[in-house]
Amino acid sequence: MSEYKRPITEQDYDKNFKQKKPLMRQSEAFIESSRCLFCFDAPCMHACPTHIDIPLFIKQIHTGNVTGSAETIYDMNWMGNACGKVCPTQVLCEGACVFNNENGKPIEIGRLQNFATNKAISSRTKLFSKGTPNGKSVAVIGAGPSGLACACELSTLGYDVVIFEAKERPSGLTAHGTAPYKITNEEALDEVAYLQEQLGFKIHYLTPVTSEEQLKDIESKYDAVFLGVGIGPTASLNIKGEDLPEVVGAVEFVNELRFAKHTMKLPGSVIVLGGGNTAMDAASESARMGVETVHLVYRRSKEDMGAYYFEYDLAISAGVQSIFNASPKEITGNGKVKGVKFVRTAIENGKLVEVAGSEFEISCDMVIKATGQAKMGSLFQKIPGLQLDSSKRIVVNMETYQTGNPKYFAGGDAVNGGTEVVNCAYEGKQAAKGIHKFLHA
Amino acid sequence: MADLSINFAGIKSPNPFWLASAPPTNSGYQIMKAFDAGWGGAVWKTLGVPVINVSSRYGGMNYRDTRISGFNNIELITDRPLADNLREIEEVKKYFPNHAVIASLMVESRKEWEQIIKDVENAGADGIELNFGCPHGMCERGMGSAVGQEPTVLKTIVEWVMAAANIPVITKLSPNITHIESPGLAAVEGGTNALSLINTIKSIIGIDLDTYAPYPVVDGKGSNGGYCGPAVKPIALNMLRQLGQHPQIAGTPISGIGGIETWRDVVEFILLGATSVQVCTAAMHYGFGIVREMDNGLRRFMDERGYKTIYDFAGLALPNVVEWKELNLKHKVVASINKDKCIGCQLCYIACDDTAHQAISISGDQTNRIPSIIEENCVGCNLCSLVCPVENCITMEKRDDGKQHLTWEELTNTDRIPVTFNDERAGGRGHYVPEVADALKHRKN
Repeated sequence: MSEYKRPITEQDYDKNFKQKKPLMRQSEAFIESSRCLFCFDAPCMHACPTHIDIPLFIKQIHTGNVTGSAETIYDMNWMGNACGKVCPTQVLCEGACVFNNENGKPIEIGRLQNFATNKAISSRTKLFSKGTPNGKSVAVIGAGPSGLACACELSTLGYDVVIFEAKERPSGLTAHGTAPYKITNEEALDEVAYLQEQLGFKIHYLTPVTSEEQLKDIESKYDAVFLGVGIGPTASLNIKGEDLPEVVGAVEFVNELRFAKHTMKLPGSVIVLGGGNTAMDAASESARMGVETVHLVYRRSKEDMGAYYFEYDLAISAGVQSIFNASPKEITGNGKVKGVKFVRTAIENGKLVEVAGSEFEISCDMVIKATGQAKMGSLFQKIPGLQLDSSKRIVVNMETYQTGNPKYFAGGDAVNGGTEVVNCAYEGKQAAKGIHKFLHA
Repeated sequence: MADLSINFAGIKSPNPFWLASAPPTNSGYQIMKAFDAGWGGAVWKTLGVPVINVSSRYGGMNYRDTRISGFNNIELITDRPLADNLREIEEVKKYFPNHAVIASLMVESRKEWEQIIKDVENAGADGIELNFGCPHGMCERGMGSAVGQEPTVLKTIVEWVMAAANIPVITKLSPNITHIESPGLAAVEGGTNALSLINTIKSIIGIDLDTYAPYPVVDGKGSNGGYCGPAVKPIALNMLRQLGQHPQIAGTPISGIGGIETWRDVVEFILLGATSVQVCTAAMHYGFGIVREMDNGLRRFMDERGYKTIYDFAGLALPNVVEWKELNLKHKVVASINKDKCIGCQLCYIACDDTAHQAISISGDQTNRIPSIIEENCVGCNLCSLVCPVENCITMEKRDDGKQHLTWEELTNTDRIPVTFNDERAGGRGHYVPEVADALKHRKN
């Protein structure tokens, strides 16, 4: 049973989706930062995909140089504030903290990072400036973490940068796809506004780039193009009943929830299909919305889940019930979802097989599919020379992030297949350096 | 069971824990509370002609998240009329007849000294402490450390006091002097019954980055203050042993003061010869209740070692404090890292490689962050063990067989010390030093 009551007001919603990493108070940051050992060649830095000088920014917080601390963070990661909140720090910087080695409490690096960047953002501290115009321009497709990071970096290098974004707001998965208890919409969007105010790149919203004509037009107007398009909508399971109205994709579900908040209507019981972090988020969020019965069903074993253990624990503590080794065969219902038919699975000779005669059905009013997302294949086909791998990810040079078409660079989920905000921020920045090298060769 | 009671130059006290003459002993109310909390004695806030104090009086020296690792003040002696203080001394003694109430005094003329001594004796004080230490404000008026820094003046005043006093007299010394033995000897020659040290150290605790004035800031300005608290303990310990080892001063009871907060501090002061201790900053930081920890820790220490009274171990460390030239040059220790305890912070590595003797190596591989000692390069300096955040992870292991003993003094006496700039006998000769250019190998792109 769900541990949460249905939110009636926005206050209820905020309470149910209370921030997991709340903003530190000054004294808390002071004391926490004092614990940092200032390790040599610090493991936390190595564990951070963007290699932020973590011991330095922590020391700067401690000495009251919070602006310097924010500068240290943004120097390596343009999504510094978002990453402090949404990064799976337990398996990155905080997971590498040497205090873990004596069963001690690791430094709360994520919250300290957020403390510094939040202060800079909320006080609108001037940290960045546009580079001297170099007369060149770059188009960025997608205002998600990788596109924004690429745009910021290029702006400091003197490029005229324009971002084309399909949605009505920036930040990509940060505001649209992460669990609401990780970061609020306001905080995610405010970081982008802060960066944009100082770096001056333009964003055209509600401007999806889909046609050959648009690409041709962009190519003719810009010296290079960065593809930060992410990945597509939830992929189809190809089972019967999938077209029933109460069957939704997890990404779409999270997106709607984040903006509809307490007004989103959810039924009494929900089944979430999948074993990744998005499945955990969707299950956890359903429970926090007061759905009485939430089943999380994964076709493999608990050990095989792609989700982090702490995301799973979070879902369980919210009242989610988990079922493993069950594969969906059919979504039942006549014009309306009634339940899901599953078959038990097992591993035989290293392969996942269905156990004959083990079919069972769980009734529910809604199904959330968190079983992977489609790739943006159709757009990619319109770019000559662009190479894709077998998983339809864009193939790039891993140093310059240049694609098979020299004018096109790419980064983020479209290249890595879907990772964390921090990985995308890193790739966007690296791609900007690659573009700079290309245009100034 | 340990008996903590003392008889300090005739002043009896149920334990050696006294509050030093300072803000905590400003009134009878405070001293009564302190005795009730477990303190054995108190040195009353210095009496004299009452002063006028400024607002903003203290400054703290913080280290990381530790508040007040050092403390400074610009408060002067009592600003209350003498009659009020005398009445309260009398009252406290009625409630606590077996506790030690010592009157700290600071006046100018011989006549004033004679009068105030008579007054405090009549009020029932158990002893007198002469404040020759205050390094701020009062010294500008020819008192406090102005006396402590002039041994001949100090001796004269001690002689006046001894001629007038019928109760034990403690002379409190200022550390703001090159040789503490000079005022110490002057006080002993003047006939003092006991000594106490250290008073506060002349200091500027810090500069306010908004007003560019020293803390504590008084209307845009500041003055030097007197420094005390945990940070001054090492200075106090050294001065304590300097007095304790002086042939003409040794034997005079000394009350130890300077950064005492825990039972360990108390034991260290007693091991260097103190037979009472005085505390101020710790009480100002944590309240009088801090004495519970000192009391329990001292008793446990004594019970575990079988000491009946503090006199059983007082001064036991004094013979082990020698001049550098008497240290054994053949003693050899090297660092050893306990790989099971190491958490891989590599602070030892970078401390040694950057600032010591390049005797620790690392793999450079993040999956193996445990450093290794290069024994042949290790000079046994201790730095790595000091920076290591894990208790007892890096230990210093003895490597000599203990059979050889050779001191600088012996080398000097037998003409075997280096005497020219490129002497073959230089201690570091033959010791590993990396190539100069190797420094740049550590550069990152």
